Amino acid sequence: MDAVNPIFKSSPRSEVLAGAKAIFPLVVGAIPFGIIFGTLAAGSGLSFAGALAMSAFVFAGSSQFIAIGLIASGTAVPMIILTTVVVNLRHLLYAMSLVPHLQKLSHFWKLLLGFWLTDEAFAVAIVRYDQQDTSPYKHWYHLGSSLFMYANWMLCTFIGLTVGQRIPNAASWGLDFAMSVTFIGMVIPYIKNYATVITIGVSGLTALLAHGLPHQLGLMVAAVAGIAAGIIAQQTQ
Amino acid sequence: MNEFMLIGGMAIVTFLIRYPVLAMSGRIKLSPQFLQVLAYVPPAVLTAIVVPAVLMPEGSLSLDHTNARLIGAIAAVLVGFWRKDLLLTIGVGMAVFLAWQGLLTLVAG
Repeated sequence: MDAVNPIFKSSPRSEVLAGAKAIFPLVVGAIPFGIIFGTLAAGSGLSFAGALAMSAFVFAGSSQFIAIGLIASGTAVPMIILTTVVVNLRHLLYAMSLVPHLQKLSHFWKLLLGFWLTDEAFAVAIVRYDQQDTSPYKHWYHLGSSLFMYANWMLCTFIGLTVGQRIPNAASWGLDFAMSVTFIGMVIPYIKNYATVITIGVSGLTALLAHGLPHQLGLMVAAVAGIAAGIIAQQTQ
Repeated sequence: MNEFMLIGGMAIVTFLIRYPVLAMSGRIKLSPQFLQVLAYVPPAVLTAIVVPAVLMPEGSLSLDHTNARLIGAIAAVLVGFWRKDLLLTIGVGMAVFLAWQGLLTLVAG
């Protein structure tokens, strides 16, 4: 993620390629997750076109994964949509973090980068935006990483729907663990100071304690608790 | 289940979380203090997703060797700190998880 050569000459093209290169490990991590989404979607009651449309228009892996579980258990549509709101609410925090970096761009750019916002693209782009060089094309880097993530997600959904379906017991392999292990890899670079360690500890513990809350509310409760704990730790240091 | 309503609804709410803040970003002025708060967002959010997924795979706490996700996660954390290489962390974590799960199946088999 921090492998950008500080002396490379920036152009839209070089930024797109650098962004795609930077997100490559996270794309690899998303492959098993996308394939298992497609595989499980077929068995959940969602149609072939429905599963592809969900990846194309919702494009939010963890909420899609939770949604097919809820569909399979016969949950009503409004409840699934409510759960989607809670699970994806973290993107609001990401969008706020991007405000200073995107505010000068056109509405078209904001639309594209907003629609394609993911945990992975955000993690990669924010590192680029925070770098000291004054490249005017950093949003192209963001675009390159977002596009790569999107294309891969569509392809993996398709593979899951077609090839994944033919593999016996593919659903029992636990390929969704790829998302967990990817997120672990994304968290590690943040562990640089005492306050972040507190954030992670409190967020993880709260997530366990609040796991029973309906509609995955525990996720946001834990995230907010972790952020608050980090700030308190920073101020009392 | 009405698929059109479901996917349309999920797509709209997700977009309405991601986009409006960016759309209004030209008129938003965030204080440096608030931006500092946001720096804690990624580790807090990602941890809140990962910890229950790893420690409560079946909905209740599972902290022993029968939890292959826990073993895979420990491997990923160790490799992550040791080599600081994202691709290696993901690859080793996933490989250890799959191998451990295979072993558990063999032993139980």
